[in-house]
Order: sequence, then C-alpha cells, then structure tokens
Amino acid sequence: MSMTAYQALVRRDLQLFFRDRRAVLMCFAAPILIGSFFGYLFGGSGVTDTAKIPVAVIDEDGSAISRRLAKGMAEDKTLELRTVTAAEARTQIQSGKLTVAAIIPKGFGDLSGKALFRGSDKPQILFLYDPSHSAELAMVRGMFTQHVMESVTAEAFGNNSTVLDDSLRDATQAKGMNPDDQKSLVGMLTSLQQWSGRAKASGGLGSAGLTMPYSVKEEAVTGKKGGQYNAYGHSFAGMGVQFILMMGMEAGLVLLLQRQGGIWRRMRAAPLSRATIVAARVSSATIDAVVILLVIFGFAWLVFGVKVEGSMPGFLLIAISIGLMTGAFGLLVCALGKTVEATRGLAILATLMMVMLGGAWVPAFLFPQWLQKVTFIVPTRWAIEGLDAMTWRGLGFDAAIGPIAALCGFAVLFTAIAMWRFRWDG
Amino acid sequence: MLEVSGLHKKYGDLVAVHEVSFRAEAGETVGLLGPNGAGKTTTVAMIAGLLPPDRGEVRIEGRAVRGDTDPLKRKLGLVPQDLALHPELSALANLALFGALYGMAGASLKREMGAALELVGLADRAKDRVGTFSGGMMRRLNLASALMHDPQILLLDEPTVGVDPQSRNAIFTNLEELKRRGKTLVYTTHYMEEAERLCDRIIIIDHGKVIANDRLEGVRRLVPGVNLIEIEIENPGANGWYDGLREVAGIETVEMEGPKLRVGMSDLNRTAPEVLDWIRAHGYRYTHLATQRADLETVFLTLTGRSVRNA
Repeated sequence: MSMTAYQALVRRDLQLFFRDRRAVLMCFAAPILIGSFFGYLFGGSGVTDTAKIPVAVIDEDGSAISRRLAKGMAEDKTLELRTVTAAEARTQIQSGKLTVAAIIPKGFGDLSGKALFRGSDKPQILFLYDPSHSAELAMVRGMFTQHVMESVTAEAFGNNSTVLDDSLRDATQAKGMNPDDQKSLVGMLTSLQQWSGRAKASGGLGSAGLTMPYSVKEEAVTGKKGGQYNAYGHSFAGMGVQFILMMGMEAGLVLLLQRQGGIWRRMRAAPLSRATIVAARVSSATIDAVVILLVIFGFAWLVFGVKVEGSMPGFLLIAISIGLMTGAFGLLVCALGKTVEATRGLAILATLMMVMLGGAWVPAFLFPQWLQKVTFIVPTRWAIEGLDAMTWRGLGFDAAIGPIAALCGFAVLFTAIAMWRFRWDG
Repeated sequence: MLEVSGLHKKYGDLVAVHEVSFRAEAGETVGLLGPNGAGKTTTVAMIAGLLPPDRGEVRIEGRAVRGDTDPLKRKLGLVPQDLALHPELSALANLALFGALYGMAGASLKREMGAALELVGLADRAKDRVGTFSGGMMRRLNLASALMHDPQILLLDEPTVGVDPQSRNAIFTNLEELKRRGKTLVYTTHYMEEAERLCDRIIIIDHGKVIANDRLEGVRRLVPGVNLIEIEIENPGANGWYDGLREVAGIETVEMEGPKLRVGMSDLNRTAPEVLDWIRAHGYRYTHLATQRADLETVFLTLTGRSVRNA
C-alpha cells in the first residue's frame, strides 16, 4: 500500500468534510441541539425538576377522610394536583391536558372507615384516565392507595372517631357469622378500641393511623457512588451515533458520486491498490467519527456535566470502533447503490432504522423483551450501550470489550460485503 | 511506446469496442476520431486500466500492463472527459493530491506543481479555490493534474468539451508544447478540426470498429479527389428536394445542413456547372457559393454515409 497516496486521500477526505458547512452543521451542531433537547426531556442532569403528572381529585364527599386524602395527594412532589369538576376533568383528559382524575363519591368517608373492618359495602372511587398514559394510571393508583389507607386509618383511630365503636357494635350484633370468627373479630376490635383510647390520652401513635411499615432511601446506581443519573449522557450518545451514521452514509454517497465522475477514473488510473482506496476511505470516516464524538461529548461535559465515569481508554476505543463501523457502512452504501438519487432514500431509511432499533431515540431497555434480544444484531445498539457503559454507567474497560468486538465485527462484515459487491470498473 | 492490440469489449449483446489496434510513438499525437458512443472513451478506459478488456492487451514500452498497481501505469497520464477536480480545494491542493497518488511528496511534488501550473498558465491562481475558476481554466487545470507525475503517454479524452475558443487555443498550445517535449498523446475527439490541427495519425472509430487508421494525408486519400461545393440555397424545398441531384453524373455525396447544400464530386470542372444547372432548372436560387477540399468530416461522411455530428 502506498502510504503517500493513502495519507493524501485521507487528508483530502478530511479537508472536504470539514470545509462542507452543511456536513459540519449536521454532524456537530445537530446532535448537540437534539441531544440537549432529549436529555432535558428524559430528566436532564438530575438537578432540574422532572415533569409532574397532572392529576385531579374531585371530592364529592367533603368528609374529613376525603379532605385528608386530597391534601396528601397535593403534597406529593411527583403530582400536579388540579381543582376541577368531574365534567371538566373528562374534557381535559380528552384533550390531553389531564392524565388521571379520581372521583371520591359522596359518603366515602363514612363507608370506607366501616369497610376497613367489615370488608363489605365498599365505596367505589372512579378513575378517569388518558389511555395513552396507562403507566401513569398505575402509578397514580398506587399512590392513591397509600394515601387512602393513611387517611382512613388515621380517621378511624383519631380523636372523636366513631368508626371503631360502630364496627364493634356491628360485629357484636352480626347474625349468621361463624361464632369463632365473630369472637375473634370482637376481641380484635375491643383490643384496638382500648389501644386507641390509651393513644388518644397520651397523644401518641393512634392519631396518625396506620402508616407505611417501612421508610425508603433512594440511591441511583451510576458510575460514581452517590452520583446522579445524567440523561444527557444517553441522549448525546444516541444522537452522536445517529449523526455519525448519517455522516457515513453521506460519505458513501459522495464516493458513489465520485465513482461516476472523473476523479474516480484518475484514482483508478494511478498505480493504487484497491486496499489503499478502501483503507483511506474507512480511515477518514473513522477520524471524522472520533472528532465528532469528542466534540459533542466535550460540549456535554462542559455544559451538562456528562463525564466519562468509566474507562477512558474504553471510551476512546469504542469511539474508534464506531468510526470503523461507520466507514464500512459508507462503503456498503456505495457498493450496493447504483445512482446517488436511488440510493439516498434507501440509505436514509436504513440509517433511521438502525438508530431507532439501536436505542438512540429511546433507551433500548424500554423495548419489549423480544425486541431487546433482536436488536443485538444492530451495530448501533452496541455503539450506544458501549458509550452508556463508559459514561454515566461508569463501567470498567471489561465492559467495553463486547461493544468493541461487535462493532469491529460489523466493520469487517460490511467491508467484506462492500468489497465483494463493489463495481471497480469506471 | 504504446501498443494497443485487438482490444475488445462487450456489454451484454452490445459490442462497444471491436478488435481495436494501433501504435503511438514518442512525440506522436494519435487522434481517436468518432461520434459520441463510437467507443473512444471505452478504448481509453481500457488503455488506462480502468476497464478490463474482454480480449486484447495494452503494451507500454513493449511490456503488458498487469494489475492495479503495475508501475508501468506511472507512464500514463489520464485527462478524463469529466472534470476530475475538487472545486472545494485550491488548485495547489488538487495538484498535490493527484501527485501523491503517484507517490510524489516534498520538493519534487512542489517543483512539479509549479511546472504544471506554469505550463497551463495558472501559476497566479495557484492558491485560489477551483470552484471560482472559469470552465476553460478548470479544463487547463484538469490537464495539469495529469502531468504531475511527468507521464510519457498522455490519454486525453475529449479535453476541450464545453470550452470557449480562447481556452481551447490555450489547451492546443499546451499540447503542442508537450508534443515538442516528446510526449505521446492519444487524443479522442469528435471535432474534426481539432484532429486536423493536432494529430499526426488519425484513427476513425465507428460503432466500436476502426474504419481508418493512417496519417492525416493517408486518411484524406481514402476519398481521392473529393471536392466540395457548399451552396447556400435561398428557397430550399421540402425534405428530400435535392435527392434528384444524386442522379447527376460525377456527384458522390449530397448533404443538406441548415440552408447549405454540400455536394461532393471528383471533377470540379465537369460536375460543378451541372449541379448549378440542376438547381436553377428546378426553380431554386442560390445566394452564395464556396468550395473546399476533402476534410475529415468529408472522410467520415464518405466512409460511414453519415455526418460525424449526426451519427
């Protein structure tokens, strides 16, 4: 291989790439802008507020229990509680302005206290929800359950509550109940009544009702102990890989264009091996890719605090492997395409599919299980997971070996197909 | 210097080049002449190693060219029909790239860049972006790019396409200078006047076949004694109005081009008056007359029955 020619071809490709304002805008500014946007959407760097779920609690009861319940929901930091009527709630959910509304029916306070011990005549809470937000419904229902239990038991064991007295009377007078069960229930309620009376006298636990039997400490497991998840890390990896792949596709189209013109004929007329031409093309794409990744991650570090928490050599080798895979992808585009016009559409579709299935837009762990397994045949999945592993996940070099091997394997495969299908005659 | 033997290339059922053979010596300019699609560019592509021939071979200084990296390819310089330049780069950057393809670097690269730019008259625009050049300047730089490695044989594939007369003359001057330096030039064109001005040997190709291969005088002799009268007709008739002229004794070719009737004949003294008589007798009037000797256009017309531009 002629090193002089190889170096000249690589230099030429780099000069042309960096002089093309459109390419620079697409490969540097666009991933930074879109990565910043997605990073913000997915939770930012952990210091900004995440979006609250807009919910409404429509209190048609007005009892102490229902008021306490609404107050508990309003104090939850993940919810944005709105005051609306039932009719307004329906309208707002239909228009997507409200996610979930819980309607507390009349008599809820009275019935819920009694139903706590009897298990019958339970009041019914109606949940209205936006069907496109079913995950939020489950979350709000869980939180509602917690607040209902706390509110009902607090009221039941609280000062001046008649719930225990009424329940004990009902249990004592119940007919048709198994005598042993009745005896046990009456005994339990009597004990509860005595305990509640003592708690009231001393101002102790009884006034709080039942509470969650555990406390929670939350720790995000990222690269740095105690560190916070930085959503910009993933979004910059995803957008970086997407635009690098687009750069590779454009490089392939440029090569296709050159092949139809005089420059290709002049190159082929020179005593150059095919390996020199291919190696120069892949090398220049690799350099472009590494520069793009370094620039956009540099920006993410300076502005959003995204750091390579894991292995820096692993990060750099993954970046180089992404470059090799991208260069080979460009060759493949050129080898399989006949004309620029006919190839561009297909190449864009292939690129978008690869970045979507690779988890560039939304993390792959949100995919269904079968899709998570299938997408390991997509090189971008390895690229993004490799970058995630080296940045915010903070994993060591051993976690980089898999992605590096997979990406280099794809590069070899793409190059082999390209060399096989390439039409060298021009 | 350059020997082409029995080159043959087929695309499916179409024979693009059929058994083309010729030689070109040092200091000689060989013109490959023919209409578009005749097989000239395919022939040049096979000589330059861009296309493998189905049959035949190319020899340079007696040795056959083998493979992509054969050092013999250094003896060849190619000026492709399409502009082979990067408009985003300067003239110097383009020349540096094409020199490096032949392993040139350092002082020798710099020297050759200067010499090539000097030859084509672009030394003062060396650092300018090629995208700012006129079409003629780009064509000259296209030529300079092929000269970087000082090839002995220059393959020029229609190097003056789309060039203004002034730039065309400048390119001709460059080529004459290269010929004077002993370079071998293989020049494809469908402009007869270019071939007549530049070429020592003319090879006429039509439908992939060589139909004439001789020095300019020899090619002219293929249509012995042909003279042409060009008659500008004031009131030409409907299509084919002049067909009857072909029956006049001594007339060899008749062709209408715009308002001009071109009539070929061997004996000017005997046949010309009869042509003019025929025109008058059939109610047509002429406004201008001119005569000329057989040129390559006429030769092509005689050999193929078609004008090179209409072929």
